[in-house]
Amino acid sequence: MRVMAQMAMVMNLDKCIGCHTCSVTCKQAWTNRSGVEYVWFNNVETRPGLGYPRTYEDQETWQGGWVLGRNGRLALRAGGRWKKLANIFSNPKLPSIEDYYEPWTYDYETLLNAPAQQHFPVARPISLITGKPMNVSWSANWDDNLGGSHDNAQRDVMLKGITDKVVMEFEKTFMFYLPRICEHCLNPSCAASCPSGAIYKRSEDGIVLVDQDKCRGWRMCVSGCPYKKVYFNHRTGKAEKCTFCYPRVEVGIPTVCSETCVGRLRYLGLVLYDADRVLEAASVEDEHALYEAQRSVLLDPDDPEVQREATRAGIPEDWVRAAQRSPVHALINRFKVALPLHPEYRTMPMVWYIPPLSPVVDVVRDTGHDAEDRGNLFAAIETLRIPVEYLANLFTAGDPAPVEAVLRKLAAMRSYMRDINLGRDPDDSIPEAVGMDGESMYDMFRLLALAKYDERYVIPTAHAEQAHALEELATECSLDYEGGPGMMGESGPFGEGSGELTPVAVENFQMLKQRQTADDLSGDDAPGRDRTRGRVNLLNWDGKGSPRGLFPKKPPEDQQ
Amino acid sequence: MDTLAWVIFPYICLAVFVVGHYWRWTYDKFGWTTRSSQLYENRLLRWGSPLFHFGLLGVVGGHVVGLIVPKSWTEAVGVSEGVYHFLAVSLGGIAGVATIAGLAILVYRRRTVGPVFMATTRMDKLMYVFLAAVILLGMWNTVASSIFGDYDYRDGVSLWFRSIFTFQPRSELISSAPFGFQLHALVAFSLFALWPFTRLVHVFSAPVGYLTRPYIVYRSRDEASRGTRAPARGWER
Repeated sequence: MRVMAQMAMVMNLDKCIGCHTCSVTCKQAWTNRSGVEYVWFNNVETRPGLGYPRTYEDQETWQGGWVLGRNGRLALRAGGRWKKLANIFSNPKLPSIEDYYEPWTYDYETLLNAPAQQHFPVARPISLITGKPMNVSWSANWDDNLGGSHDNAQRDVMLKGITDKVVMEFEKTFMFYLPRICEHCLNPSCAASCPSGAIYKRSEDGIVLVDQDKCRGWRMCVSGCPYKKVYFNHRTGKAEKCTFCYPRVEVGIPTVCSETCVGRLRYLGLVLYDADRVLEAASVEDEHALYEAQRSVLLDPDDPEVQREATRAGIPEDWVRAAQRSPVHALINRFKVALPLHPEYRTMPMVWYIPPLSPVVDVVRDTGHDAEDRGNLFAAIETLRIPVEYLANLFTAGDPAPVEAVLRKLAAMRSYMRDINLGRDPDDSIPEAVGMDGESMYDMFRLLALAKYDERYVIPTAHAEQAHALEELATECSLDYEGGPGMMGESGPFGEGSGELTPVAVENFQMLKQRQTADDLSGDDAPGRDRTRGRVNLLNWDGKGSPRGLFPKKPPEDQQ
Repeated sequence: MDTLAWVIFPYICLAVFVVGHYWRWTYDKFGWTTRSSQLYENRLLRWGSPLFHFGLLGVVGGHVVGLIVPKSWTEAVGVSEGVYHFLAVSLGGIAGVATIAGLAILVYRRRTVGPVFMATTRMDKLMYVFLAAVILLGMWNTVASSIFGDYDYRDGVSLWFRSIFTFQPRSELISSAPFGFQLHALVAFSLFALWPFTRLVHVFSAPVGYLTRPYIVYRSRDEASRGTRAPARGWER
């Protein structure tokens, strides 16, 4: 047994209202720079729908993740090392910018400079890629709330194999939201695909990061990741991805997406796993067995044997305690209601999902029956094949049994808690029907429905004795080089952002200061500056200062 | 004049090449990338890039054999002058044509595809001029010497090239070479001087280590081990 610790997340899809707050705050924090305009480390997809980038789940096309070879060994679907090197001059499986969407801004200047005229002036969309006017025809959430689903949604890859196609009439279809971040997999195929070895998994907390100094921009990670959660910064020529907000997590505060989630549906915590068993579990032959295999890799932190091994592996005592309190461990292994997204990619993803019961509840309620009655709900789960099969395609490689079991637990929790809330005697036969007891059902209710802050997020801090190695303090003195962090936002001599890296904290501090004090966003006063480069991006504006272009230029004031 | 062109200039260029790379590596690891534009455009790149790069690998291989391996060695393994010449011209010709075709596609793409052109820096443009000049001159030399002349560069240019690295430069060997070869050498050394300051640095990132490293890389925040076990290498943790 080789115990390793992993920061993991669970999202309770029943509570997601699709407000995109997580996406926007994440974008504000991480990808509000040029070169990553099209990048959303966190995005929220309406399902059924095509996702972002479009049909990323179609691995026949994109060739992401792992496959089990005929010899029973795991291999990268896109081909092994030699094939990667042979294709290095032109990656055959790289999504183009159209598969994400062409990022744009608006020609605000027309609004401001237009003369008095009969009709309102119009701010036309301008492509941030070509700098030319464009027609906006797709975006990161174009099919939000089933928009355009008449045309698109039947192409949803997850609908394959579901014989009676989902009704796409807006009123009749079942629908839910799927927020996605990087899965921080135990067996990351992006890292395995990286020719430079720049993508690594942190041995302390399992966060998968890209070493920006080692990345050479070969783009194999983008193809290798089946979730398409590694992105190519087209200005710096480097891969970028979700960082699990490691500068925050290291000091014990939740990721930005979790912290700002209004539905309180995200759970953060540690899981301990047996690193020696990862490959074996990822190589299970039967795809339907992958969920169980993945669950079995996670260790029970209350087991003294596991604790002993954890100490031997150098995992601090307080981390083991945090693993015991971990809501993620509880949801995955104690209550068994969280499922991994696409276990069939064999990457052992570590962002888990509680499938939504609400589509089922809605149907029952619409028929006029009691939607909180266990019997009605259980019957509906058995009858509503399409939602269950669809969810199974997402979370269990198509095996409906685990999805049904989870939904039954959630349904049971609903009716069990209704009795308690109405002051009736709790009916212990309800939890027993789904293999639980009353106490654990109440615990599950507490975690899922009340979702207290300190129960939702159990994040052990990185250790003080390791502090000198933390990224924030990685240099002797962060400001101690030519130009200092004031060079932020400038272009180096070799293209966007060349030169030494600025630590994240310093970068944010300087960026904030610059934004608050500067009148222009990106030095767009320079002559010959393309107007789209010095654009006004309201995403970047925190309400302080006045970015140039947002307001008309003040007339030169006369010195009185 | 000969000393300036064939001794001083090459040494300056090589010094800039070496020191420049050291400086760039220490100063700008972040900017050390291929700066791929595949995201913008893929159709032309799919043809142009492999043609150019694989062609160039052949061309570089040819130069290694032609410039570095002494004539006596190839003759010692039984490759006669005629056979060598035939191989050099045929294989070199194929590689050269592929390189030039690839280059033409890539330059056309860079100029005509809007986003790609917008992402082209001034340094890129300067570098393209020198790179194209070197390649075209080299191709011209191959063609011209096999049609018109019987200049054997392995008795001239190659000896001069090697003499630079033994620090006993013999400039008379190249000053008597045909003008095309001289120009090719001069532009090539200029390109070497330019090299560390352009995207050409990505040549030295050829990821051969990928073939032998473990698939998943583990790295620690803190390289010192905190457990009771002996410190293990990254991927063993």
